[in-house]
Amino acid sequence: MKTIVKLLRKPIAASILAIAVGFLIAAIVLAIAGYAPGPSFAALFNGMIGKPKYISNVVIKATPLILTGTAVAFAFKTGLFNIGAEGQYVTGTICAAIVGISCDFPPVLQVPLVILAGTLGGAACGALVGWLKAKFGINEVITSIMLNWISLYACNFVVNVPAFHQPESTSTYAVNPSSYTMILPKWKLSEEGLATLKGTPWLYEVLVKTDVNVGILIAVACAILIAVLLKRTKMGYEMRAVGLNREAAQFAGINVNRNIVTCMLISGALCGLAGALAVTGLEPHNISTLAAFENNGFNGLSVAFIAGSSPIGCIFAGFLFSGLIYGGQSVQQVMGAPSDIINIMIGTIVFLMALSQVVPMVADWLERREKGVANA
Amino acid sequence: MVTDTGGVSDQSFNQSSWEGLQQLESDKGWEVSYIESKQESDYATNLDKAVDDEANLVWGIGFNMADAVAHSAQTNPDVQFAIIDNAYDESQSNLTGVTFRAQEPSFLVGYIAARTTKTNKIGFVGGITGVVIDQFDYGYRAGVDYANKEAGTSVEVQGQYADSFSDAAKGKAIASKMFSDGCDIVFHAAGGAGAGVIEAAKEANQYAIGVDRDQNYLAPDNVITSALKRVDKAIIEVSTQIEAGTLKGGSNIELGFKEDCVGIPEKHDLIADDVYQAALALSEKIKDGSIVPPMNKDSYDKYVASL
Repeated sequence: MKTIVKLLRKPIAASILAIAVGFLIAAIVLAIAGYAPGPSFAALFNGMIGKPKYISNVVIKATPLILTGTAVAFAFKTGLFNIGAEGQYVTGTICAAIVGISCDFPPVLQVPLVILAGTLGGAACGALVGWLKAKFGINEVITSIMLNWISLYACNFVVNVPAFHQPESTSTYAVNPSSYTMILPKWKLSEEGLATLKGTPWLYEVLVKTDVNVGILIAVACAILIAVLLKRTKMGYEMRAVGLNREAAQFAGINVNRNIVTCMLISGALCGLAGALAVTGLEPHNISTLAAFENNGFNGLSVAFIAGSSPIGCIFAGFLFSGLIYGGQSVQQVMGAPSDIINIMIGTIVFLMALSQVVPMVADWLERREKGVANA
Repeated sequence: MVTDTGGVSDQSFNQSSWEGLQQLESDKGWEVSYIESKQESDYATNLDKAVDDEANLVWGIGFNMADAVAHSAQTNPDVQFAIIDNAYDESQSNLTGVTFRAQEPSFLVGYIAARTTKTNKIGFVGGITGVVIDQFDYGYRAGVDYANKEAGTSVEVQGQYADSFSDAAKGKAIASKMFSDGCDIVFHAAGGAGAGVIEAAKEANQYAIGVDRDQNYLAPDNVITSALKRVDKAIIEVSTQIEAGTLKGGSNIELGFKEDCVGIPEKHDLIADDVYQAALALSEKIKDGSIVPPMNKDSYDKYVASL
């Protein structure tokens, strides 16, 4: 029994196993649907890392996922399930867009201002959920799901406000260029810049053909910061204690309610930050009416699962997830496989990875049962 | 071809476009492929991927993609680009804008609606106001006015906008209100929001008029006709011309009855045959230019004055 428990306790091994099985099942689904699995996977990886600009796009698309993933993982460590990441992300985009359109300061001021606005928007959203939970004991899952929809309709409302609405479109005006967080946005498209870049094709591709921006650095920094916060500070210790056993934490003199609010505030802030960075760093630099969620937050849930709620793990899981989504489009384009199959494939892998986190839980359960038997 | 966020099975222009390309594949052996955009920020990267796939011609579907397509055309001068539902003010040598004179089929369905209504009250539900939806709105109203003049009736049009192309619940609420106000036919030009209009017609057991594609299959007993935009046909025509070199980029193309790219479905079980025939006769008049349906408020006012 001990060795089984020990083996089950290795989450990395379990994750790798899940990826392998996930790909296997995806291959079977592809084969049944009549698409050769080999070339399909070749197309997938080629679409992910085949060219410098593809890698760049994977990195760009990983940025929000790492942030929302970290946010969800962080809340999870405090025993909260932040399914409202999506709404907090949307609120972040709304606030960033409003401030970015209304204000036009020099970049030194404007960029932090716009990003701060988005972060605060998400934080407010998250804090509200935490406050409702702490004050009235309302389940955060219910309030945050409802806030998701409130955010979506708030977004559609803001888009239709005459001051922001771009005529003949379903979106707002773009934020002022002073808010852009791309790397050298002006220089790279100037004649001088284009001439210099022509000399280095990979750099030309990465800079000119993609919206490469500083967001990823911020995302990785945030994930590391959160990891440090959880592991190395009193605050993080308290939060983990609340997550492990709320009553015990209370008994030990930890202010549970304050921790719940703070945790949701930080979690929401991370999602809002992701939204703000999307507005400042990516074309079309605006928000548009949403028919459905764009899944930047919901995918964050998957990322957190894959990472086993480890903030550092979220960095890698974010890259993997974004690679699968972005590379998956190539499978559709090259093989002609409908996007539904790609989604099944991604879903299967995520599902199995999520299941891989059940494995250590099973180990815990086995161990506890054994102890229970011994104590009795 | 790169779809907008509606996806390739949107029951609307993305789907029609892909059907057009598939037709090209089976008729001419062209290699065709599509990429679906899930978010607006995907447009640029997806267009870029289509170029990487060594496509000679890349289609962007929908006016939402206008800026992304223009940008992509600028950075890839060797590839031809074309877009559905957008005309560009600044021309680029490798960029073709394709738009439809949607006022023409709207005029026809307006005429049909005015001659079919029993309550003398009909409705229009638009998506979001703008150049494209104005064509439907005013074309429809003009068709109604024409029928009123011809038959000496006084059919009224109630119009309302859903401020959304996707909110089916809102479309349904608006249409239900119209039906309870005494309208018995409602025409929609509201994309996904229009699905709610058709549903409302079904529940109220009244009539609706579809848009873009023949939407009769959504409610066979309620959708009497549809204002068709033959996007598939446009894609085939324009692609063939660009590929053959007879059409150089840098221009905007407008398609209507003359090019056989708009119309109404042949099936007309729910409308009187003489009305249908009269509508077809009108389409001939539009073709030869003796009727010019208005496309916006200004031309509509002029049109009404000229009646």
